[in-house]
Amino acid sequence: MKVKMLSRNPDNYVRETKLDIQRVPRNYDPTLHPFEVPREYVRALNATKLERVFAKPFLASLDGHRDGVNCLAKHPKSLSTVLSGACDGEVKIWNLTKRKCVRTIQAHEGFVRGICTRFCGTSFFTVGDDKTVKQWRMDGPGCGEEEEPLHTILGKTVYTGIDHHWKDPAFATCGQQVDIWDEQRTNPICSMNWGFDSISSVKFNPIETYLLGSCASDRNIVLYDMRQATPLKKVILDMRTNTICWNPMEAFHFTAANEDYNLYTFDMRALDMPVMVHMDHVSAVLDVDYSPTGKEFVSASFDKSIRIFPVDKSRSREVYHTKRMQHVICVKWTSDSKYIMCGSDEMNIRLWKANASEKLGVLTSREKAANDYNQKLKEKFQYHPHVKRIARHRHLPKSIYSQIQEQRVMREARRRKEMNRRKHSKPGSVPIVSERKKHVVAVVK
Amino acid sequence: MKKTKAAKGLLALSQQEELVDLPTNYPLSASEDEGDSDGERKHQKLLEAIGSLDGKNRWKLPERSEASLTVSEFNVSSEGSGEKLALSDLLGPVKPSPSLAAVKKQLSRVKSKKTLELPLNKAEVEQIHREVAFSKTSQTLSKWDSVVQKNREAEQLVFPMKKESSSFAPIEHVFSDWKARTPLEQEVFNLLHKNKQPVTDPLLTPVEKASLKAMSLEEAKIRRAELQRARALQSYYEARARRMKKIKSKKYHKIAKKGKAKKAIKDFEQLRKVDPNAALEELEKLEKARMMERMSLKHQNSGKWAKSKAIMAKYDLQARQAMQEQLAKNKELTQKLQVVSESEEEGGADEEEALVPDVVNEVQMNADGPNPWMLRSCNRDAKEVEIQADSEEPPEPVVHEFSENEGNEKPMEEEDVLLREFEERRSIRKQSKLNQNPEPVGGQETKDSTSKEVLSELRALSKKLSKENHLSKKQKESSAKTVLLVQEEEPAPEEEEPLLLQRPQRVQTVEKLEELGKEDSLPNKELPRAAAEGEQMRRSPQYLLKGKKKEQMISLQNLLTSRTPSVTSLAVPTTVEELEDEVEREQKQMIKEAFAGDDVIKEFLKEKREAIQASKPKDVDLTLPGWGEWGGMDLKPSAKKRRRFLIKAPEGPPRKDKNLPNVIISEKRNIHAAAHQVRVLPYPFTHHQQFERTIQNPIGSTWNTQRAFQKLTAPKVVTKAGHIIKPIKAEDVGYRSSSRSDMSVMQNNPKQHSKHQNQLKKSSTD
Repeated sequence: MKVKMLSRNPDNYVRETKLDIQRVPRNYDPTLHPFEVPREYVRALNATKLERVFAKPFLASLDGHRDGVNCLAKHPKSLSTVLSGACDGEVKIWNLTKRKCVRTIQAHEGFVRGICTRFCGTSFFTVGDDKTVKQWRMDGPGCGEEEEPLHTILGKTVYTGIDHHWKDPAFATCGQQVDIWDEQRTNPICSMNWGFDSISSVKFNPIETYLLGSCASDRNIVLYDMRQATPLKKVILDMRTNTICWNPMEAFHFTAANEDYNLYTFDMRALDMPVMVHMDHVSAVLDVDYSPTGKEFVSASFDKSIRIFPVDKSRSREVYHTKRMQHVICVKWTSDSKYIMCGSDEMNIRLWKANASEKLGVLTSREKAANDYNQKLKEKFQYHPHVKRIARHRHLPKSIYSQIQEQRVMREARRRKEMNRRKHSKPGSVPIVSERKKHVVAVVK
Repeated sequence: MKKTKAAKGLLALSQQEELVDLPTNYPLSASEDEGDSDGERKHQKLLEAIGSLDGKNRWKLPERSEASLTVSEFNVSSEGSGEKLALSDLLGPVKPSPSLAAVKKQLSRVKSKKTLELPLNKAEVEQIHREVAFSKTSQTLSKWDSVVQKNREAEQLVFPMKKESSSFAPIEHVFSDWKARTPLEQEVFNLLHKNKQPVTDPLLTPVEKASLKAMSLEEAKIRRAELQRARALQSYYEARARRMKKIKSKKYHKIAKKGKAKKAIKDFEQLRKVDPNAALEELEKLEKARMMERMSLKHQNSGKWAKSKAIMAKYDLQARQAMQEQLAKNKELTQKLQVVSESEEEGGADEEEALVPDVVNEVQMNADGPNPWMLRSCNRDAKEVEIQADSEEPPEPVVHEFSENEGNEKPMEEEDVLLREFEERRSIRKQSKLNQNPEPVGGQETKDSTSKEVLSELRALSKKLSKENHLSKKQKESSAKTVLLVQEEEPAPEEEEPLLLQRPQRVQTVEKLEELGKEDSLPNKELPRAAAEGEQMRRSPQYLLKGKKKEQMISLQNLLTSRTPSVTSLAVPTTVEELEDEVEREQKQMIKEAFAGDDVIKEFLKEKREAIQASKPKDVDLTLPGWGEWGGMDLKPSAKKRRRFLIKAPEGPPRKDKNLPNVIISEKRNIHAAAHQVRVLPYPFTHHQQFERTIQNPIGSTWNTQRAFQKLTAPKVVTKAGHIIKPIKAEDVGYRSSSRSDMSVMQNNPKQHSKHQNQLKKSSTD
């Protein structure tokens, strides 16, 4: 006769060390877990709440400039190095880990209009109101030596912006026209012009590196091809575009920061309608920069706040502001996609986390798993009203808040008026124009 | 350009002159009145002048009557003729000379050409340039479409996309400027240098280098492959040999031996044909072997084994027999082979049949021609056999055994038959992999194949159930086949042949039979068995199978035939009934539909009543029948008990539509729950069920295995802290990016561009 006995293998329930979690033998049969959805819902709700609790994005403020910070530049090789140019012609190089200024150069007289680093990270270029383009060495002079630029180019007109080519020794400046310079020469290789207004910024495409985009004060955005030395197309918007930024992962997408409080993401092959209109700012948008992952971008506005937009959403997912931050003039997303820097009127550069509630530092694997799970839960239950409400809730300064209310009223009134006009006129005479088409005035070939 | 300018200037000049001429012309013409020959012309001129007074072209140029004073080489005026001067006019008066023919031709060609169109203005040209450039650029950009799409749809993107390969610098690079300073280090270095151990970059000794040079990589590879192959072959061979060695089956060995002998003879034949000398040598060898045997005392009962047997022989019959065996063998081996004449062949063969073992016998039978070589070789074979099968039983006991076995064979056969039957059945069931039978006998496979055939036929038959004749015919065929295969497997008994005579395959079978006969020569020990087995054979598996098949078919057919009438007899009336029912129902439906609108109010009231009933909280009955009292089929718990265990539901709040007779207000919606529910279907979803499904699938580790949990919660974008994420590059995605830098392209291009523009400008000025 065979006797059946209970047998237990200690391997199945004994922990290897005291720090291990207890192994829990589970039955995953869904019929045994009738309350899985409500339980997950509660977890999602808690995760959302905790996210808001831990949302402390502000990391540091780098002070030292004696005038408003006008431009920022990232170092292409070093994550901890940041360059900034101020309105008094001073350029500072910062060490982010130490949160200290490493080097100060009096680069120009008047504004430093633009600053950009060479792709190799050995030198950087500045343009200023004194009609000069200067190239500087990245590492400072030896002791006893004076701070002197490597090269100085004296121009005929004021340069308002500069950008460096992503792999060749060439850079582009803008002012009266877009000039492309060889680093070795004192005259531009070619200058491209279309229209007669001053151009405020010029940007190289990081992927198809021969493409440039510029925006001028006659409300247009012009695209250029450097190789064919010709402009390609021009789109005229409602209001002036302050700057543009190319998506670093999608060669044909760029986003334009406009004076009409909006940002427009364009596909450069179809300029007659933006791919997405991003609207949340309540004042002119002054600067925009893409996250290196190409999934989000950050925008700086005159309304004293910066906002983070997903590329495919028209509303921002995050807004950063502090009491002391004034009009934000420039903004940059760091190359590791973790931080955001913004330079503002009141002489400070601020460092923010790109993900407000993210825990910095090394995470244990269990922490990471929990974090991932919470993120997924939030994503899963994002449409549920309570979760949505909590996740969307932001405290805003009163000025921004009231302006938002005001603009909502205005928009509503405009909408109502249009509706009434449509109602009382011949059908078809007042067509419905989509928001995306509304802001494009013309595309010039 | 210059030319045209000059020409224009000249034109203007001439015109001015004419204008100047105008006033002076009139008096001049007046003074020349008396000239008769010019009278008409002057009159016409006057008329024209008068006509031009009131007309628009008041300033029409007067015609010049005389040759102009200033004759320009650039411009020939044709004034006076009233027509444009054509080239042909000029060439007309020139005498046709052969030298001018070429010029004429050229001129005619020039005449046929049209003038260039006016060039576009600069703005338009630029626009065209821009458009072309834009279309080109957007075309090149569209190659990114797929990449962008892929990245957007990716489940997970890990940044930085390009993995940085950590480069290992060899130690020499790291310590390139390091030098041995301490005595120990120097000593070590000295040692190294003595052995010519390389200290710096190429980490190879001269010997190693030489070896590297000696054999190129490819050669080495080929050689290695060869070696591998050889090794593999050897291992296969070894494995095969081991396997063969392990085989215990006597039958197998017998067959193998036979095969070997046959082969040897064949070889010998071949040799004899090709090289008689070598064959003779072979024979010599055989002869020598015989001599050796004679000299040695191998089979002369003087060995250890023989001695022990001799002791045993007194008591043991078998041992005695074995001894005799050995002696016989010795005799046999040492006997000198007679060279037999052709006429005596058969007799000799007969004689030998008695003497030599069956293997040799068989070989001889198999041989096509009489030859003295053969016999010897046979003998050699036999010898070999003897040497091999020293421990085996001698042939006579084998025969004996066989005869003994016959008694056992009956039950064995029966078992076998049963087993095979079983197998057949199983094969029918499975209808697959019939060839892979557990039994290693070759015949089994063929049998299976026959069964397969039978099966396929059976299937075909089941399709055409009605044709009985056909079925029987096929069956016959199949049976014939089976029989044939039986023959193939074992020598067929003679009794079977008459049965088979009628079959179409008969010729074939007989042929095969003959072949078999040749091969096996029907050894005498087999014959009795076959004879004895005559009856058994009839009941052998195939026969049984056939019988079974027949039975099966018949039964199947019976079943079907017997079933069909019953089915039909049942089915027909029922369908009729159903049809009638349907007709009635349809009629009722029609009537209902026709009078549907009649008592809507009543229906509504009914509906409302139902809704009220449904929404009322239900009483809970907790009585357990049989608890505390008798239980059974018809027994019910007492009223008292029921009253006691019935929990009455509390009266809910009054319905909202209590006082609204024409309204039903549903009160199913739970406002407390609704606060947590999604009101509008979110964007990417098209149906609420999709959304619900996503919500219903839990992602937590409480409800999922660890692996599933990890998969479900994998974040969409992963970035590593402290890693610089560079913009995507064409090379990363596998696109070929232009190796030339944009700069070089640009430096080449603007020149072209400017040249082009210059050309355009030129054309515009011309």
